[in-house]
Amino acid sequence: MAIEVRVTASLQKLVGGQRAIQEEGATVGELLDRLEGRYPGFKQQIVTDGRLHRFVNIYLNDEDIRFLQQLDTPLKEGDVISILPALAGGC
Amino acid sequence: MAATVYIPMPFRRLAGNQVYVEVEGRNVAEILNQLGSRFPALRDLLYDKDNEIPGHINIYVNKLEIHTLQGKETPIADGDEVAVIPAIAGGQVLSPEQVTRYSRHIIMPQVGPVGQRKLMAAKVLIVGAGGLGSPSALYLALAGVGTIGISDFDVVDLSNLQRQVLHQNDDVGRPKTVSAKETIESYNPNVNVVLHDGPLTSDNAMEIIPRYDIVVNGADNFTTRYLVNDACYFAGKPLVDGSILLFEGQATVFIPGQGCYRCLFPAPPPPGLVPSCAEAGVLGALTGVIGSVQAIEALKLILGIGETLASRLLLFDALTMEFRQVKLRRDPKCPLCGDDPTITELIDYEGFCGAPFPGQDGS
Repeated sequence: MAIEVRVTASLQKLVGGQRAIQEEGATVGELLDRLEGRYPGFKQQIVTDGRLHRFVNIYLNDEDIRFLQQLDTPLKEGDVISILPALAGGC
Repeated sequence: MAATVYIPMPFRRLAGNQVYVEVEGRNVAEILNQLGSRFPALRDLLYDKDNEIPGHINIYVNKLEIHTLQGKETPIADGDEVAVIPAIAGGQVLSPEQVTRYSRHIIMPQVGPVGQRKLMAAKVLIVGAGGLGSPSALYLALAGVGTIGISDFDVVDLSNLQRQVLHQNDDVGRPKTVSAKETIESYNPNVNVVLHDGPLTSDNAMEIIPRYDIVVNGADNFTTRYLVNDACYFAGKPLVDGSILLFEGQATVFIPGQGCYRCLFPAPPPPGLVPSCAEAGVLGALTGVIGSVQAIEALKLILGIGETLASRLLLFDALTMEFRQVKLRRDPKCPLCGDDPTITELIDYEGFCGAPFPGQDGS
């Protein structure tokens, strides 16, 4: 099923400059694997050794997946995934 | 009996722009009732939720305050003058200059003279007089926040002028703190601007932050972000946080006990992974949006109105003009504010982030 993936500022260059892309996956982890297939190098910005980086958050709709089932969080049609790295800038 | 009612300046817009209004009534209660019927918007300011005259409104009949007469039962004779004068409990009034300056606040029931006095008694620290610190400090100063602390170590650079509204052309090369103070004072001389020159570090944070009620974060690096987060938590101060990059911004409020920056991002990215504005760029006007959001959140905290952004992360995309929110939670495993804290005092932030505090590496 089609999931909308929203990518923040600094990660957009890894997905051809797009801020929203469509992908499929039964879980967040599977979705990231498919994205890695389309955009090699994307997944390592977010995951290392099967675990989410602690300075990148992934939201399923408006919930942080760290409080759901992390990379095993199941997805359904119409869900929106937002990938949000920490921003330093108040500059 | 017909009395002439004097309408004070902040309320005149709600009374057909009149200074004096002729009103009929046998006593003060009837006069005020009539006034409220004729000008419903004024009614909200004349009566509180218990339908009594609020403590910050004094009513004078022929220059004598009604508490020294018969209160609302004070009889009215033909030709009496009834004056409605906003004050605060205790009798201290805003100066005529302040009543005019802040009239757009005072006429709102959610602010009023009491709220304006709260703003004037408030102390807010702005960390970083840069992209976010500039608009937030400016709007807080315009609102009449009594004490604004500015913490910065840097000098104004030409590239700052694309967005940092506290600084102007002639300020290039001058310390940002001094430039900020002059700008704020030129807008509102009522504000006491306190300068904290030099970087905020583990050595001075616990000496500076406790002096304020609220901290607004305009820092542009992770080392300072984690320091300010931890120090605000230890000092028990709300932290109004914001960040920006390229065309996107984020904002939230961290209230001690309801989640902190470490609950959101438990660890910083390796140095060099997330670009700064200098490396990737930022749309200047975006800083105005997020900085204004921060000012608004600080004002709401001071006034005790509305719903804060605590427990919500506001996300803004300027290219699509979309505002979204995601939930923020206190992480029970957070080392700072969780159930079993392991961080009980300020740590070595440079070691934690792998980057020095700005202003201390010769830059």
